[in-house]
Amino acid sequence: MNRPGRAACLVALGVVGVAFVYPFVWLVSASLKPRAHVFDNALLPRPFAPENFVAVWEAAPLLVWIGNSIAVGLAAAAAATVSSALVAYGFARFRFRGRNLLFGLVLATMMLPGAVTMVPVYLEWHAVGLATTQIPLWAQNLFGSAFYIFLLRQFFLGLPGEVFDAARVDGAGHLRSFTAIALPLARPAMIVVFVFELRAAWTDLIKPLIYLRESRFFTLPRGLKTILDQFGQGGEAEWEIVLAASVIATAPMILLFLLAQRYFVRGLVTQHVER
Amino acid sequence: MARTENRAAWGFLAPWVVGFLLFTAGPMLVSLWLSLTNYDMLKPPVFVGADNYRELFTDPKVATALYNTLFFTVLHVPLQIALGLALASLLRRAGRAGGFFRTVLYLPVMTPPVALAALFLLLLNGQTGAINEVLGWFGFTGPNWTTDPMWVKPGLVLMSLWTVGGTAVIYLAALTRVPPELYEAARLDGASPWRQFRHVTLPMISGTVYFTVIVNTIASLQVFTEAYVMFYGNSETAAGRDDTALFYVIYLFQQAFGSLRMGYASALAWMLFLVIAVITVVQVRVSRRLVHYEGEPR
Repeated sequence: MNRPGRAACLVALGVVGVAFVYPFVWLVSASLKPRAHVFDNALLPRPFAPENFVAVWEAAPLLVWIGNSIAVGLAAAAAATVSSALVAYGFARFRFRGRNLLFGLVLATMMLPGAVTMVPVYLEWHAVGLATTQIPLWAQNLFGSAFYIFLLRQFFLGLPGEVFDAARVDGAGHLRSFTAIALPLARPAMIVVFVFELRAAWTDLIKPLIYLRESRFFTLPRGLKTILDQFGQGGEAEWEIVLAASVIATAPMILLFLLAQRYFVRGLVTQHVER
Repeated sequence: MARTENRAAWGFLAPWVVGFLLFTAGPMLVSLWLSLTNYDMLKPPVFVGADNYRELFTDPKVATALYNTLFFTVLHVPLQIALGLALASLLRRAGRAGGFFRTVLYLPVMTPPVALAALFLLLLNGQTGAINEVLGWFGFTGPNWTTDPMWVKPGLVLMSLWTVGGTAVIYLAALTRVPPELYEAARLDGASPWRQFRHVTLPMISGTVYFTVIVNTIASLQVFTEAYVMFYGNSETAAGRDDTALFYVIYLFQQAFGSLRMGYASALAWMLFLVIAVITVVQVRVSRRLVHYEGEPR
């Protein structure tokens, strides 16, 4: 590529980059402005009002919601990782009748619109008396999830068969081959699943809207919606509270991405390109 | 030996099979049955035959919700694909700076949709919002994105483009897999950059484009969170009251968990399933003529 071409490219990316970063800058800046200045669109918060970040803790039980989000997020991520690895290993390491058909069914569920099973799954949790608990937010992950099964199966298929043959000779059973050989080798792929599901659980609103009724069970997004309704539009017009809470809800995900960027990219690439 | 192998295999697959029965196949059957009943969770379901389906066709809110949802999808999907592809092409040529810009483009994808919706409610505000201020620099008077019935949906589409980073990263990976010799050959033939894109790049990544079109379409037909957060909930806004932002899944959600009309909501769900299935099948059919699979016999 010639030099002027690359320069034009970088200029274009620079413009786009500013457009993509600007909302973040606006958010952080506005969250640090006093109420009367929230809408002034100034890049730097003057006057500076860091006390918003004190007020927000007093305005809502943020600590409880953050705790709930962490608990639900970790449970969802751990459950999805372990169960999907089990199922993926079953598809990758065994030959049995109907395997391709069954794997086709796994892939087909990826296309199934989630909205279709929203009502009956809620009724199931209601029938067993758990519809207003946090359990429905993560327990479904105990049964594997199509995209992650696909991703981990790709990984297991890429492992050389010899490592398993050697274990077989040493008398290791299937479960032992799985836990002692496959899982340690699959660590990078399992981290992909874990961080993807952690993000999904942390950012989800629809399940918490359906299942959580009491504030003490709310996850952060569910709580943020309440804050928005109470302090934002139609509420008391204390937008600085809404914005400070939005910063607090977003920051952990930005941190997660900066720490685990290569795993996110890897997951996306496996999902769409390697099929 | 073969039998124990088989048993072991099913042992590994058991979680998925159980989950499929409990959370996919079972619920779909239950939902099909419920769609033929009236059920408010207080009294047992009452069989009403096809009444719910008849109501679907006469309920003006269903027509509005379908219209809004298709409107959003028809704008969102092509823009998402085109912008994703354009950004991926830029990233590919950016050299060492590409990694930095990739991070920048992806960060909005990590933002919780609730926070994103709250933020854009202010950025899109007609009087004070930053987006109209920027438009003002170029001499445009921006519309009232959050209140004008004509501009609410375009505003949501605009906002949805902020999370194009995921699609761009996928395309970037596909682009790096195109063999450089092909461009070399095209250049020797004197092909312009546009013709290179049209006749080398596009065919080589058509499989990825096809897949992202399908996945994005299915997702946009179920658009919910941002619009719900901005216009519905405890305080219904103007756009909420006059149904400008009433998307299909929002209406489904209201019928099920607001009005507790579980039977009608199930019929709504099945109708959405059929709409999505038909659209997906059409897309698959069309793609058979357009998609080029490298190294695969057709």
